Formats: sequence, C-alpha cells, structure tokens
Amino acid sequence: MKTIIEARQLSRIYRVGEIDVHALRGVDLTIAEGELVAIMGASGSGKSTLMNILGCLDRPTSGRYYLDGREVNSLTNNDYAAIRNEHIGFVFQVFNLLARTTALDNVMLPLFYDRSHRIQDPNTAAKEALRRVGLEDRMDHEPNQLSGGQQQRVAIARALVNRPSIILADEPTGNLDSRTSIEIMALFQELNDQGITIILVTHEQDIASYTRRIISMRDGQIIRDIAVPQPRRAAADLASLPPPETEMIKEVRP
Amino acid sequence: MKSTRNLLRAAFQSILKNRMRSLLTSLGIIIGVSAVIVMVSVGQGSQKQIEDNINALGTNLLIAYPGSASSSGARMGAGTRVRFSFADVEKLKKEATLLSAVSPLVMSGGQVIGGGKNWSTIVYGVSTDYFQIREWQVEYGNFFTEKDVAAKRKVAILGKTVANELFPDQDPTGQDIRIRNVPFKVIGVLKAKGQSGMGQDQDDMILAPSTTVFYRLKGGRWVDMINASAVSINDMDAAKEEMAAILRVAHKIEYGQEDDFTVRSQTEITEAVTETSRTMTLLLGAIAAVSLVVGGIGIMNIMLVSVTERTREIGIRLSVGARASDIMIQFLTEAVVLSVSGGIIGILLSGAVIMILDKFTTIYTAVNPEIIFISFLFSAIVGIFFGFYPARKAAAMDPIAALRYE
Repeated sequence: MKTIIEARQLSRIYRVGEIDVHALRGVDLTIAEGELVAIMGASGSGKSTLMNILGCLDRPTSGRYYLDGREVNSLTNNDYAAIRNEHIGFVFQVFNLLARTTALDNVMLPLFYDRSHRIQDPNTAAKEALRRVGLEDRMDHEPNQLSGGQQQRVAIARALVNRPSIILADEPTGNLDSRTSIEIMALFQELNDQGITIILVTHEQDIASYTRRIISMRDGQIIRDIAVPQPRRAAADLASLPPPETEMIKEVRP
Repeated sequence: MKSTRNLLRAAFQSILKNRMRSLLTSLGIIIGVSAVIVMVSVGQGSQKQIEDNINALGTNLLIAYPGSASSSGARMGAGTRVRFSFADVEKLKKEATLLSAVSPLVMSGGQVIGGGKNWSTIVYGVSTDYFQIREWQVEYGNFFTEKDVAAKRKVAILGKTVANELFPDQDPTGQDIRIRNVPFKVIGVLKAKGQSGMGQDQDDMILAPSTTVFYRLKGGRWVDMINASAVSINDMDAAKEEMAAILRVAHKIEYGQEDDFTVRSQTEITEAVTETSRTMTLLLGAIAAVSLVVGGIGIMNIMLVSVTERTREIGIRLSVGARASDIMIQFLTEAVVLSVSGGIIGILLSGAVIMILDKFTTIYTAVNPEIIFISFLFSAIVGIFFGFYPARKAAAMDPIAALRYE
C-alpha cells in the first residue's frame, strides 16, 4: 500500500504566557492509503494538535511531515491553503457549516477556492457529493432546518467535494446521539470502502471500534498503535437497533 | 472574470443575509452622497439664478459711475464731486465705435400719486437707448420716443410693481399720475423682470425721458450714471476701454491723473456676485463631504464587528482552502459593495429630494452630472479605504483559533 502520511519526530510547542506547553513530543506516524484510523486520547493528550498539523492547518515546531510523498514543512501559507483545498477534507465536531446558507452552497464552498480547476462544474460536483451522503433531497435546506446528523452529513459532503485523498474528522460524533453516531460511522466505513483514507479523532471506545487501526496518545506522545483485525460494521449494528422513532421526534422538534 | 462574478455574488449573498444591518451600514454613505449632491445642486442653482438675474439686467451692459473709487474728496475739493453731463452722453454716442447704445441715467426718488393711491419709488430718467440696453419690453402701451425726450414731455412708463400698486388689475395707459407733484401721463407699463441678483425689485421704478427728470424733477444738476451696450460680448473689454478713454477726454483728465469715474462691465458685476455664492456652494459641499467620511467610518465600524462575528466563518473558509488573500478580498469586496450600493441609493435619493425641492419649493437647483460622478467615485474610495483595515484583520486570523472561536 502507498504511504500517504509520514510524520517524523513531530513536536509542537505553544507558548502560553511565560510557559511553554509541549502539545506534541516527537510523534512518528505512518499512514497508508485507504486506512481508517482512530486517534484516541484524553483531552490535552495532543490528538487535536496532531490532527491540525496533519491537516496543514498548523505547522510543527520541529520534525518532518510528508504528505503524499511531498515534504510540506517548507511550503508557503498559500501552498498550505492549496493542500487543504485539494488533498484534505475536514469534518468537525460542531459541523461548522455556514449559517443561513443552503446545504448545496455549503458543499460548494471548497470549490470556490479551487485553483487547480480539476472540477469543471461545481454545481454537479456538489450535488454528487450530497448524493453520496444520502442528502440529495435536502439540498435547499439551510443548517437550522437540518438535524444534527444531517448537518454532519452536509459537512462530510463538503469534505468530499474536492475529491481529497484524506478526510480528517475531529470528534465527528461528539455532538450526536448514539444512533446518529453509528449512522455517521456507517457512512465513513462506506466511503473508506470506496478507497478514501479517513483519520478520525475520538475519545469514545465505541466509535473507535468501527475503525481498522487505533492510535492512543497521552501527553503528546503515541503510547499505543494497534490494528483492529475485525472492525465492527456500523451498518450491521444499525440493522439490529430498534426503528428510529426517537430520531423522528427529534427532527420535528428543533 | 468568472471569479470576479463569484466574488460579487458571494458579497451580495453575505450582505443580503443581514439586510437590516447592511442598510444601516450603508445609511451613512446614502446620506453622505445624497447630501453632497443636493447641497451642491442647491448651491449651484442659486449661483445660476443670480447669474440669470444679472444677465437679465441686459447683456453687454457697461455702466459708468461717477467718482473714482480711489479718488479722495480732499484733493478734488469739497463738494465738487464730478458727475456726468448730457454732453458726456452725446460725446459717447458720437465717437464710440464699440458701443451700440448709450443712455444717461438721471435718478430721482419720490412719492408717486395716481389712481387714488400713492407709492414711494424711484424715477429713472433715460433716453430711448435705455430700453435696448436693459432689454425692457412693454406689457401695455408704448415706449416714449426721441421726440418726447427732446420736448421734455412729462410721460412715464411704470414698472410692473408700481403699476400694481397704483392701478391694480387694470391697464393704466392714459392715466394721469403725479411724481413729486409734477403731473405725468402714463404711456406704458413694463413687463415684469422680478428680483435682481442683489435682491432688489427691478420692477419697482418708473421710466421717464431723461430731460424731463433732469429739468422738471431734479432741477438740472447732473446725470447720475451712464449705461451703454457693447456691440458684442467679445468686445466688452475693448468697449469698456473706449468708453473710459472718451470720458477721460470729456472730463479733461490728463495722462497720469486718476479717473473721476469708474466703468464696470456686466461680467465683472456678475463675477463679483457669483464669487460669493460659489464660495457658499463649496462650503455646503465640504460639509456634506464630511458626512460622507463619517459614513465611511460607519462602514469600518460595522465591518470590524462583522469580522469578529464571522470569525468562525473565516475559520471554515480557511480550513477548506481559502488563502489569507481570499479572505481579504472577500471582506474588501463586501465593504466596497456596501459603499457603492449606498452611493447608488444616495444618488437616487438625492434625485428624489431635488425633484421635491423643484416641485414644492422655490429653491432653485442645478444638477451637475460631474458632481454625481464624483460623489459616486468618492463612495467607492471610501469603501476601499475604510474596508481595508477590517479586511486585513480578517485575513490575519489564525485558522485554528478562528475555528475554535465561540
């Protein structure tokens, strides 16, 4: 399998007032194309910092980071923006959709900043992405007209629309009830089956159990990195759950 | 091109999402732009009105006043201020080549009695040339003739105001009046001219033959002024020189001596008066321009609030691949769209205000397309200038901090 992420001795030091906070202390990490990885750890363990660096939102204080075989440390801020645009899709805990903006326009947002012109028709591409997450009939809805699960699906569609090589999800199920969480994990598994590399940060063991590899962090270091030989299938778990009556009530009440 | 259109579309979408706030933000610019246009239009309108009124005095008008402005009474001897005589007028008529008409002006104030009423007004004793010089026309009756002047006939032409005061709602031609107890016959009424540039009622006077006023009303002392017409507007300066030269000879003023009279041309008088109103226009425009700048500060204020409020949006845009420059351009575009829309609305508003002024008030307006263009351009510049700082602040945001912003 082709290596897509390779990090060598990443460290990140924040300066808070007079104190240096070591968020990362020499992290080595290799992730191959097509993996579905969970990064776990308590808050303050450095998992979000690692995620930000992997997603080119932040730069390490020291260490090397290769994305798709390309050394990115020395790139300019504009190159970072291009990488975020073309190679990476972000999914956040709080969905981070633009308010008072339709699902379709939200999904089209990354294409607005696409300078590579790989995607000819933003409208079609966005509709296709929404179809992939099962929201083709909610395209004209604004975030406040959608349930939490639906909002997160829009966010995933937005992450997909530029055909990125990696999706980075930071606590994607943190604001969702358990059934919706499993639905989202089923979607991630489905996308992963189609070949997309997915890295997600979570502190829930249940969620991590749907991935193929679990990396645990503590105090800015990786303390455990284990493969999951037989991940649970979220789709199968959903089938065994009772019908989603509660979810329907939730949709009626804002 | 396509990206420009997208940018504008995004800016409009964002502005329309906050209609009320956008309107309030633009309000400063709307008021500023319309204030500039209305103020300058009113200023230029009154300027034009004054010019029109002065031109109504008669085109190509030259006026000779007695007494040099710089002459001192002491040197010339007390009580010997030189006035003009009929001889001066005759000399001008005979010798001047650039004057098409010359008339003496003998002025006499006095109480006028007629039609059972009385009125205090001024009587101008003039020659027949005067009607041409001042472009008077009669509403009723006729002008007097050269024969009337030669025979010192006691005939009078009433200004419209005098006619209205003495003989309201009727044609006074043929009626008898008494000016300072001297009986005159009314032979005509002048068409109204209205107020002069200096605010005088030009119709509150009576015209009579110069000789009659000179000998019957004033006791034959002097001619107060000489009015003349230059042959064309282009010859005004030469005609003024010629008039002065002939009068110098007539008054026996030697080379190096100061003139005992002053000749002014219509254009000089116009300039002197319009200069004042031009300054006024400039002042009005400047005050209005200040409100435009205040409007710009309003835009900056709201844009700064908007940048803070939309921190998370900025974070989202950065996370999906926007460059800092993209964010900068987005906010700058919004500021410019806000101010330019405000400018357009301001122009429309000023149009409405000017229409109302024209229709329902006596305020005179003159709309200058240049000022519309300038104030519009100014509104765009205000948008760029005051949008720059908030836009730069937005562009400088750290993506992670922006995404975490609550």
